[in-house]
Order: sequence, then C-alpha cells, then structure tokens
Amino acid sequence: MLNINSNVPQKNDVRIRELIEEKRQSRNFKGIVEKLIPSFLLVIATLSILTTAGIVYTLLSETVQFFKRVPFLDFFTGTALKPLSQTPEFGILPLLMGTITSSLIAMVVAGPIGLMAAIYLSQYASERVRKVFKPLLEILAGIPTIVYGFFAFTFVTPLLRTLIPGLEATNILSPGIVMGVMIIPMIASLSEDAMSSVPSSIREGALALGSTKLEVTKKVIIPAALSGIIASFVLGISRAIGETMIVTIASGSTKNFTFDITQSMQTMTAYIVEVTGGDAPAGSTVYYSLYAVAMTLFIFTLLMNIGARKISRKFREEY
Amino acid sequence: MTLLTERQQTPLRMVENKQWRKPVYETNGLNLWYGTSHALKNIDLSIHEKEVTAIIGPSGCGKSTYLKTLNRMVEMVPDVSISGNVTFKGNNILGKSMPVEMLRAKVGMVFQKPNPFPKSIYENVAFGPKIHGIRNKTVLDQIVQESLQKAALWDEVKDRLHKSAYGLSGGQQQRLCIARCLAIDPEVILMDEPTSALDPVSTHKVEELIHSIKNDVTIAIVTHNMQQAARISDRTAFFLNGEIIECDTTTAIFNHPADHLTDDYINGRFG
Ligand SMILES: Nc1ncnc2c1ncn2[C@@H]1O[C@H](COP(=O)(O)OP(=O)(O)O)[C@@H](O)[C@H]1O
Ligand SMILES: [Mg+2]
Repeated sequence: MLNINSNVPQKNDVRIRELIEEKRQSRNFKGIVEKLIPSFLLVIATLSILTTAGIVYTLLSETVQFFKRVPFLDFFTGTALKPLSQTPEFGILPLLMGTITSSLIAMVVAGPIGLMAAIYLSQYASERVRKVFKPLLEILAGIPTIVYGFFAFTFVTPLLRTLIPGLEATNILSPGIVMGVMIIPMIASLSEDAMSSVPSSIREGALALGSTKLEVTKKVIIPAALSGIIASFVLGISRAIGETMIVTIASGSTKNFTFDITQSMQTMTAYIVEVTGGDAPAGSTVYYSLYAVAMTLFIFTLLMNIGARKISRKFREEY
Repeated sequence: MTLLTERQQTPLRMVENKQWRKPVYETNGLNLWYGTSHALKNIDLSIHEKEVTAIIGPSGCGKSTYLKTLNRMVEMVPDVSISGNVTFKGNNILGKSMPVEMLRAKVGMVFQKPNPFPKSIYENVAFGPKIHGIRNKTVLDQIVQESLQKAALWDEVKDRLHKSAYGLSGGQQQRLCIARCLAIDPEVILMDEPTSALDPVSTHKVEELIHSIKNDVTIAIVTHNMQQAARISDRTAFFLNGEIIECDTTTAIFNHPADHLTDDYINGRFG
C-alpha cells in the first residue's frame, strides 16, 4: 500500500476535484431537461392509458348496441349460435365451450411437460445443458402461430386420425394439443426462472439435512417458487384463450355446443376472425355481436388475471 | 433425544487425556482441486467424538472446503476432484458405498448465513424428521419442541410456531437452523462461521447453545474469532493456504503453539 501512495503525485487529488467541479457546472445547463423529463414521461404514460381506455369505451358502447337487439340472457344462456340464418340466434355458449375446451386441452399438454422441463433445467441440468436449452426455448416461443396452425392441420390431425378413427377433419383436439406445444416453452422458461431464483442457500440447507434432489424440489423449491409457477400457468392459459390462428385453421367454424373433443368447435377468437373476414354490414346485429364476443373475451381474461393474482399471493412463500 | 436413537454412553470427559476419545472423522492425505486450483493439500486430521473442534485460518485457506468435504456438499461444485481418504466412523465416505443422504442424515450443517426455509418455524424444524420418514404428529410435535428447547429458542417462539421463520431476527434464525439440525439427532454438526453474521448478544447465545449440546454431539466449527475458538473448543486445527499447519488441544494451540505461523495468526500478526 505504501509504495502505491508514493508513486502517485499528490497533485492528482486536486485535479480530480477540479474536473468534478467543471462537470457539475456544465450539468446545471442540463438541469432544465432533467426537470422536463418527468412531465414528458407522464404525457406518454397517460397517452397509453387513454388509448386502452378508448378501446374499452368502443367495445362497451358497441356492446350496448348489441344488447339493444339481443336480450342479455339469450346471449349468455343460448346454446345455439346461428348469426347468418333466417332466424338468427346469438348464444355465446358454443364459443365459450370452444375456448374453454381448447385451452384446457392445451394446459393438459403444456402444464405437466412445461413444469417437468423447468424442474429438469433448474435442478438437474448441468450449466452447459442449460446454456443450450434456455435460448432454444426462447426461439421456440417466437415461432409464428400460423406455422403452428398449419402444422396442426396438415400433420397432427392426420396423425391423430390414424389413432382415433372417429376424429373429424377439423376438430378441437388437434389445435388444443398444438396450442399446448406452443405454450410449453413459455411455461418451462418462466417456471425455470421462478425455481432458479430460489436462493441456493435454501437448497443447500435442505440437501444438507439428507434430502434427495427430488425431495428438495418437491418440498422446498416448488413451494417457494409456487407463485411464479402459477403466474406462468396463468400466462399460458391467457395465451391459449387469446390464441386465434391455430384454432381458426384447424378447428373449422362449426358452432357446436358439445363436450366431444373429436368434433369441430369454434372459439371466441375464431368467431371474430370469421365474421370480420366475411361481409357483415356495419350496423347489423352480426356486426355488433363481434363486440359482444370481444367484450366477453376481455372480461374472461381480466377475471382470470385477477383470480391468478389472488391465488399467487395466497401461496406466496417469501424468501 | 432418547426418542430417536439411543446412543452409547461415552466415558466421562477427561481433560488431561483426550487422546482416548474415539475419532469420528479421520482424514488421511486428502487433496481437493476446484478445476486446476489446489484447494486442500494433503490434509491429515481427526475429529473426535463429542469434542468441539475449531478450524481457524485466514480467508481462502480451505476451511469451508474441508467442512463441506465432510458431508460431501463440496461435490455440488462442478469440476471438483478429490483424492485421499475420509472415513466417518470407519467407513470411507468418498467411495460410492455410502449414499450421501445417509451420511447427511447423521451429519448436520449450519451455514454462515442463516438459511431457514420459507416455511413456518414448526415446518422448518419438522422438515428433516419428515424427510426421513417420521409422520406421527405427536412424535413430530415432541421433536420440534425438544429441538427448539435445545437450541434455546423455544421460549421465544412457542407462541408463533406456525408463523413464518422469516419473521425472526438473524440470531433467532441461526438458532432455528441449529434446531433444524438437532431435529434429526445428528452425530456430528458442522458449523461454518455460524456467528459471523450475528451481533454479540446473539453470538453469545449460540456459543452457550454449543456449550450445552456438546456432550451429545460432535461439533466441527469454522471461526474467525480467536476468542470464540478459545472459549468453546477442545481442539483447534490451523489451516493455511490449503494445508494444515497444526492441530492440537486448544489449550496447547493458544498457549504454546508448535509452529510460529500459528502463533503469528492467533496473535493477529497476519490474516
Ligand atoms: N466453488 C468454488 N469454485 C472454485 N474455487 C473455489 C470454490 N469455493 C472455494 N474456492 C477456492 O478454494 C479456496 C478455499 O476456499 P474456502 O474453502 O471457501 O476458504 P475459507 O472457507 O477458508 O475462506 C479459495 O482459494 C477459494 O477461492
Ligand atoms: Mg469459508
């Protein structure tokens, strides 16, 4: 330490002070910008909120128009959806059924596989394996959904039809499975993050008591990461509910109200695609039904996110 | 804890003649490398039954590494290679013959930073017994109470057993971690600077606790605090640069060390 001091000329001290002083002087001019920045950012933030509010307002007002034509109860309890028939019926239940069924199938596929992949990556894989797998998962998550839709229709459905003879050419099962495949990387990646962020000291504490890796994972890591894992599942379900392309391509547009997953069903999103793609004249009931369905979809995901927050808060184990 | 296993009574403590206490751990020619860096060099050391062995030495000299070799936690580090012999009650622990879980069920560890699980106080203490198959609620309740009592924590937490362990102070958390260890009735407890993150009052409580359990359990403790080593240990081993310089009774090490390096270190002339 002594020779370092003797090698450094004492003047340096003074120079540094002067330099800092100069900088501070010049900073004063930047002070105005510094003060304006928060207001600028506030405007930007307000704009984005206003945009969202605008969308919700449009949804709401057009939905009100719809319910002036179709009774509220008919919409939410009707099991038939025949928008273009001579005697049109606007029951949303077939669409709800399609959305819920396809999302459930997707989660049955993606939940366990995603979670197991996350457990493997965070608890068992070597650093080398993890370094290859994690980016790979992120790449998979970036595949456009139209590719998955195409894959469901031209590959998975024919394959499933050799296994399940009664399967229709368009059905809800195949896009459900493929949506699951699409969601796996997201659930795996987010759950892996949640499990890896459990401090290693906690893990070591459990191992040092003589637990096996599996016991540590089951009894310490998963409970500690539960809120993150639940969050990843909810995001997965949200993606499945909002997913449009895959179901539009592979599930057809039959508005079936059924529990039979080998049949074609339509989801809320696919209905919106169908109607906007057709030529529903603005101002017609069919046109307004778009908004009512979109509103339902919006409330659906909103409620789920609120529920998920509550659940994940309840299960939270702080560390 | 008569409840779990009955252990052989050891002969009365003989301060003058410690040599005839049986060694629990015997280390011969232990070498350990992290990749290519040689962290432990030819270590010969015994840890004797129902003694407190203090391991002292400057930072980076391999104390933690040695301790983690004793319960094989060191194997979690990728690229570790080990040679030599470490026996626990006569069985070689470095071979594949002994499953690590078996070894760790008998050898507890307390870490430098308290690391309770993000669970209730009760669940923290009951964790080990549950892992090892004890399910009976009454038995678990009793183990939890006894362990907390031994760790001198019972009175402070008995009204909040089912509250999160994270609501405890640092010192209480560390005693909880010791209770968590005691709950599996270990034969040895390895402690890696257990009081270095604690205030003096908490440190004192942990030292008293060590004092009160040392008739039942063998303790190996790494410490940077010379007074602590002198106060609580029967035997002291001095490590330097991955080597063991000297190991003797604590009285001998602190009064007439054989090596001048030991003398320099315990008198604060380096390290
Ligand atoms: N996980 C690790 N990987 C590589 N080197 C390590 C690791 N842990 C410790 N070391 C090195 O091994 C030596 C001994 O470390 P350690 O046993 O922690 O020392 P101490 O506990 O006496 O301070 C140090 O030089 C340290 O840098
Ligand atoms: Mg250390």
